[in-house]
Amino acid sequence: MKVIYTDVLVIGAGLAGQRLAVGAKARGHDSIILSLVPPKRSHSKAAQGGMQASLANVIKGVGDNEDIHFADTVKGSDWGCDQEVARMFVYTSPKAVRELAAWGVPWSRITPGDRQVVINGEKVTITEREAAAGLIGQRDFGGTKKWRTCFVSDGTGHAMLNAVSDRVIQLGIPVHERVEAIALIHDGARCYGAVVRDLITGELIGYVAKATAICTGGAGKIYHVSTNAQICEGIGAAIAMETGIATLGNMEAIQFHPTGIFPAGILVTEGCRGDGGLLRDVDGHRFMPDVEPEKKELASRDVVSRRMEERIAQGKGVHSRFGEHLWLDITLLGEHHIKHNLREVYEICHYFLGVDPTKDWIPVRPAQHYTMGGVRTNPNGESQNLKGLFAAGEAACWDMHGFNRLGGNSVAETVVAGKIIGETIADFCDKPENAIDIPTKVVYDFIKREQDMLDSFAKNSGTENMAEIRTKMQDIMSKKVGIFRNGDTLKQAVDELEDLYKRSFNVSVKNQPGANPELTYAYRTQKMLRVALAVALGALQRTESRGAHYRVDYPVRNDKDWCCRTLATWKNESDTLPTLTYQQLDISKMELPPGWRGYGAKNHIDNPETPIRQKEVDDIRNKMEAEGKDRFAIQNALMPYLQLLPEDLRGKNERIDEPLS
Amino acid sequence: MVDKKTGTSKKAQDSAAAPAADETKVRLEDQSENIATDATDTNVPPNEQEAYDSGDANVNPELKDEQEAVANVPEEYAAPEADTEPPSEDKADTSVPPESQISDEIPTEPTAASQDAREDLGTEEVRLLQVSILRYNPADPESVPHMQTYQVSEAASMTLYMLLNELRDTQDPTLQFDFVCRAGICGSCAMLVNGKPSLACRTLTRDLPTHFTLAPLPGFELIGDLSVNTGKWMRGMSERIQTWCHLEGEKIDDCKIEKPMDPTLAEDIYLLDRCIECGICVAACGNWRMRPDFVGAVAINKIARFRLDPRDKRNDADYYEVMGTESGVFGCMSLLACHDFCPKDLPLKTQIAFIRRKMAQQGISGKQKRTLHRVVPLRQLKLV
Repeated sequence: MKVIYTDVLVIGAGLAGQRLAVGAKARGHDSIILSLVPPKRSHSKAAQGGMQASLANVIKGVGDNEDIHFADTVKGSDWGCDQEVARMFVYTSPKAVRELAAWGVPWSRITPGDRQVVINGEKVTITEREAAAGLIGQRDFGGTKKWRTCFVSDGTGHAMLNAVSDRVIQLGIPVHERVEAIALIHDGARCYGAVVRDLITGELIGYVAKATAICTGGAGKIYHVSTNAQICEGIGAAIAMETGIATLGNMEAIQFHPTGIFPAGILVTEGCRGDGGLLRDVDGHRFMPDVEPEKKELASRDVVSRRMEERIAQGKGVHSRFGEHLWLDITLLGEHHIKHNLREVYEICHYFLGVDPTKDWIPVRPAQHYTMGGVRTNPNGESQNLKGLFAAGEAACWDMHGFNRLGGNSVAETVVAGKIIGETIADFCDKPENAIDIPTKVVYDFIKREQDMLDSFAKNSGTENMAEIRTKMQDIMSKKVGIFRNGDTLKQAVDELEDLYKRSFNVSVKNQPGANPELTYAYRTQKMLRVALAVALGALQRTESRGAHYRVDYPVRNDKDWCCRTLATWKNESDTLPTLTYQQLDISKMELPPGWRGYGAKNHIDNPETPIRQKEVDDIRNKMEAEGKDRFAIQNALMPYLQLLPEDLRGKNERIDEPLS
Repeated sequence: MVDKKTGTSKKAQDSAAAPAADETKVRLEDQSENIATDATDTNVPPNEQEAYDSGDANVNPELKDEQEAVANVPEEYAAPEADTEPPSEDKADTSVPPESQISDEIPTEPTAASQDAREDLGTEEVRLLQVSILRYNPADPESVPHMQTYQVSEAASMTLYMLLNELRDTQDPTLQFDFVCRAGICGSCAMLVNGKPSLACRTLTRDLPTHFTLAPLPGFELIGDLSVNTGKWMRGMSERIQTWCHLEGEKIDDCKIEKPMDPTLAEDIYLLDRCIECGICVAACGNWRMRPDFVGAVAINKIARFRLDPRDKRNDADYYEVMGTESGVFGCMSLLACHDFCPKDLPLKTQIAFIRRKMAQQGISGKQKRTLHRVVPLRQLKLV
């Protein structure tokens, strides 16, 4: 049996994983990155619209800063996020953009002077400042007060991934491509690495490391219609949950993106609406101002997706052979803008729909898009239960997105979390008490256990068909654990998924030398079912509506009973359901106590602690403002967080209107 | 803001932006012509590049003429497109806005079969596709390369992504192929479709004849069936030509406002940065078949990208170290299938000609001295 040793084992080569490895390697810790595919093909690449960072360069971003970005993020999350983590994030995001600018990302830049933009369906002329000439530009995105989304045309993730991957190559960090971690090696308290399957030879290899980081992205493929790539199957989350020790947080929080092209579910960016695109119904009527007068098309994604589905339910959808959809109209942006700033959108419409978006409307319908939940970690990225296990990016529940993520905050999270956790993981490896002492036998035992699991498919004489099981699972998730959820159908979903899970042990797979795609498909589906069950069971038990989790039978946010995070783990191998526990959010420490989001319904049930904390916050703020204290001092008095950041990342961010003293 | 690469006149920037917009149009028309016609154009200096480099505003009258010539291609050349109806009509009830919005100017990839395909669907008859796939599992000593034919009934708007997944789910779970994004942006699914390298995820079956073949990209290490190890090759290429911004000093103060950059230059860099490393330019390259250590258009385009980028501190003498040999840019024989098949429509033709010219100048005059401390490895790529 083959065993490979390293300091930091990074599972997943998207933006989060690669940025994390760069950080660890720069601190002198050997890192190995594992990837299902060549790293530049990771799903981070599909992030089109951009990354939020409060640079305040464009005229429509003037006055933006960490405080406003923080408030947008917390409101977007429907108060489900960890506010300390949200603070760490908004403070580091400008640094991450600027670092990438230095590394070679061709961010779209500002031309000073007049330019025409579309705001609320109208052509408006705005004037960019001379002082901002050549600085990184920002565009508008949903759920934000200021124009804050930095972008590279509409290939932002692509350009960022190129720059970070090139950095990995420069530092000589090995990326073991076409391998898959199928189990974590641990002793019940400490993680020691992973059992990894080579997807070319089929061989199992043990990887032993001081620190293991799961950066495997989301689990979109448990749904039938998803904007996610083929490789977003949630296997990283599954192997963490399967330890029975590490937990997954808030798995029921699943985001649906308003504009998946219909019926394929391929994403067209939020930048379409940010730049002025409109949503229209079967009559060509722009319906969003009727239902969301404040933010219109640019309310947060959960709200827009629900409004769209409501419109379809009202009989205002466009009928087609594959079902109903609505229209996204970007024709008003003009051909030049579309062909330069929305280039990928143009190509996707051209190749997959035969539609020219400069002239025609784009058929769209909400599609599964993002997994807010993931491996539950502390602010330093380490699992709360399993020492030596870290997670970053979409695979983690760090938790800066709570129950709904703002557009532009995920690709930002990848590089910010990579930057922060790259340092904290290096700190972890630096400490002598974190050295590992693991007998090879433990590694061998884990490899044997996994080999037995794989062999069991070949020895099986069952007659179940895995393709059928997977299709059924995706169907159940889309139909019963989708945008609108209710108790009865969720109960059915959990029962049906549990039944599918049991049936998945009666699938027989032919033994075949090499990659054996049939076997890969089989064990992955079984792991996906575990993740799907965590999503469905979490959704069933959470009897409130919060962010993207919307219960028709409990349509309001209930801070009194549900101001908590769902934690899921798979206690025993023989279990057929995950075990759920809950972790309270501490309102008495929040900088921004729960309130109305500024869009969507205004009808939540308050927690008794909220008014108390709100008064405390108001008093501190009023007193300090009267004393003439600056925003940093006030923030620090409300909720100190700088101590959680690595020392190098504690410096203030310079802006045109906020020079460093 | 003005430096060796950005220091150009306003005029030069304007000329850089304009041809880019025409590029798609020109490219589409190129496709119906043969490679030889294109090849005669290759030594013409690309105007946008030249303008950046020397600030010389009158370098490209030839190119301008050439573009006009292509744009005004005679009717008979343009015929295949003109005759091909827009794909939107097939899908009128699936995805296209009310009739008034249907455009008849939507370009389409012309193929001999598209006419047949449309007629089939137009009469509501579902075609039974015959798909012949090159099967081989190198890990299995018993396996022998052979063509295996499957029958699949066509669905509306069916892509090869949908078709292959359906095949694997319903007929043959052992079939190996790669898809990641299934949206034409990741480059995983490049394969030979009826002998032509294409991205399978965005190839619509209605543009193919009833019987067609699928085979893996040639030249790359075969993993099995349609799956090839392009990633390994690309990493080797990247290490060999050092595809990263060589920064001046590694320490960045990221609290400070970023360095300004010319907005047009940023967009020009992005245009070249759009490469998805799918391997099509390499697989399509006739020269690479004969000279396996040839860097390929992908690498030449990357050097063009970094050369444009003021953040990369290398100079032409440094680039010459990685490009100035017969396995570098001088190995290119201008067959230019790379340009014809690039799924991202990258301007490879002009970039290759431009880099060759710059490297030739450097080689002859040796006017710049190397700045890199490290010697650039010129080792050969290991292919298999």
